[in-house]
Amino acid sequence: MNYETSWVAIFVFALFVGIVLFISFYLGAKAKTARGYYAAHGEIPWFVNGIAFAGDYLSAASFLGICGLVAFYGYDGFLYSIGYLAGWVVALFVIAEPLKRMGKFTFADALDKKFNSRSIKLTAAVSTLVVSTVYLIPQMVGAGTLVQPLLGFSYEIGVLVVGIVVVLIVVTAGMVSTTWVQFIKGSLLVAFCAVLVVAILARGLTKSQSEYAGPVALPTDRAPIPPTGGWVGKPYVRYAKAGGGYELYRRIDDKTGTRAQSVTTAGKKTLIDGLPKGVGEGHAGLQPVGQIQSLAGGATSTGSLGPIKFLTAFANSTVILWPADKDPIKETDGSSTTIYYQKATLGKDLLVPGAYPAFKGVRGSKLSEKLDFLSLMLALFGGTASLPHILIRYYTVKNQAAARKSTVVGIASIGFFYMLTLYLGLGAMTGGTLDPTNNNMAAPLLAKGFGELPFAVISAIAFTTVLGTVSGLILAASGAIVHDLMSNVLKIEMTDHGKVRAGKVVAIFVGAAAMALGIVFKEVNVAFLVGWAFNVAASANLPALIMVLFWKRTTKQGIAASILIGMLSSVGWILVSAQAYTVFHLDPTKAIAPFSQPGLVTIPLGFIVLVLVSLMTQPQNAERAAIATAAV
Amino acid sequence: MPSEDPPAVGRRNSRIGLWLFLIYCLLYAGFMALTTFKFQVLAEPVAGVNWAIVYGMGLIVAAFVLALVYMVLCDNDEDAAAEDKS
Repeated sequence: MNYETSWVAIFVFALFVGIVLFISFYLGAKAKTARGYYAAHGEIPWFVNGIAFAGDYLSAASFLGICGLVAFYGYDGFLYSIGYLAGWVVALFVIAEPLKRMGKFTFADALDKKFNSRSIKLTAAVSTLVVSTVYLIPQMVGAGTLVQPLLGFSYEIGVLVVGIVVVLIVVTAGMVSTTWVQFIKGSLLVAFCAVLVVAILARGLTKSQSEYAGPVALPTDRAPIPPTGGWVGKPYVRYAKAGGGYELYRRIDDKTGTRAQSVTTAGKKTLIDGLPKGVGEGHAGLQPVGQIQSLAGGATSTGSLGPIKFLTAFANSTVILWPADKDPIKETDGSSTTIYYQKATLGKDLLVPGAYPAFKGVRGSKLSEKLDFLSLMLALFGGTASLPHILIRYYTVKNQAAARKSTVVGIASIGFFYMLTLYLGLGAMTGGTLDPTNNNMAAPLLAKGFGELPFAVISAIAFTTVLGTVSGLILAASGAIVHDLMSNVLKIEMTDHGKVRAGKVVAIFVGAAAMALGIVFKEVNVAFLVGWAFNVAASANLPALIMVLFWKRTTKQGIAASILIGMLSSVGWILVSAQAYTVFHLDPTKAIAPFSQPGLVTIPLGFIVLVLVSLMTQPQNAERAAIATAAV
Repeated sequence: MPSEDPPAVGRRNSRIGLWLFLIYCLLYAGFMALTTFKFQVLAEPVAGVNWAIVYGMGLIVAAFVLALVYMVLCDNDEDAAAEDKS
């Protein structure tokens, strides 16, 4: 679709980013020590910290990715919501308390407190770095996607803008300001999405009158363009248009068809329905899609609906989805044309799992695809507690009770938000504003359907969401490098001031890496990318975290081995999976991994390695007594 | 660290946490098993919607309710411990 620059959006956006930067500079001046920079002096009020949990967690993925998946495939996006929230239960009930009791800044430090071993410091720091980086990719993809329609910039520039602003925030501030930024952003996001859902329910569902929704008569005033090359034998017919280009139909019979749309890439040029992509004479853009073809009982509109009635009415309607034809039309000149066509789908089929191609195993009978799905859900379950930037936030309140209360506030706001995502997604699916080529854009475009101002506000919030999450992650990564690697493993002597300065330099490098990766993974759904990050986090960190807290015979060698094996096996598995082959433009059927989500295999593997290595390296009795005393 | 829980309270809290965790685990596993192997069951209509919606939303509500229960149980302990100290 073509995106025009919106001045209201730019103004609201600039205002938001300005406020965030101001807070960052203002509070940053207060954080001069390492403890202030990384753990906010342990002085953040519990309620603020709780909402900040939500701010950290409701990242670009939660917001853009889930709404997009629901808008394109229905219930499947909501499965991510369920999985992400479930992860919180693990974090709260199992990990939060004992970890807080250890009272350290980073994951590596907490593990190290018990063992004081360089190998653990090293592996834990490396794993924090790897997990942060993998989790940064979807955030950057989300950022680039947002800036495109908002400011009219290209995707790549969007990624650069976010990267630079975030590095500025991190370099000037640290944990105090990121916590307050997360608090503001978390509350705004939840509140504004609630408003948007109320608007969706008030709008209800309306049967579309668009010629792009449902069967229409084929043109009779001219003959179709005779099919040549790759068009031969396809169900599509083209009718030349007066101004150039063509009208595209998917044929039903000789007289009727449904409108379709085509995107042709030829070298660096992009054509829409045969005309160069752009605005004005001789150019074309994709039509926004997402319509209702029919409602129950032949009604034209439902009027405003309650939350349950909305779902009932949706289940009884027929919705038009716009999938891309699996076989692009290849021409001898090297051009490739992807066709997006209408697929009328019963609403009730979209309120059950299994419509998303990555989850198709749910409805099929192939065991490997079913395992793929279970593997993802296991990774989401165990991944939250293993994310480095969520762990850091446990340390920013003053005691156990405060940590508990803030996690409950976190669960409440995150859970409420996830319930909203289902409505946001279905609202986008039926609101007639979708871009068929990019599901990450569904939520902002949904807001656009309600006017320029909601669009501007939601984009600005989403953008600050990305900023907040990315700054938290970069902070975690720089903490891992400076605190754990440089000062603890390499034993570089640094003053407190020197540590903070080194952290800032590292933040710049991590930011640059994130920008580069964000550009590579442009076309993948952000929720899917986050799923991978959770797989890596859970595989590398979960066994170590759980066992160090609950198994007395855990040894330092066991911890180091499980982190290393969990991390390498999950990253390795992902790199040779079918989904990764698609991203790298290789043939996905040649992929080595039997399914794309490694968690089901690599999380248990981490536990097994930890237990085996620990049993092989049990200390002598005297040493064990010494460790037991030290741990009390 | 200032104002930590005494170890006995910490142990009791951990136990409560693990029990609540177990309850949620079963709910979550049940949902995932249904989704993976019997998704038709989730398509059955109930309460104006279907089981997928009811169970899915239910999991989110359950997480919140269990978290509340946890906070209430743990805080009682801590208040008692604080009184013992004073």
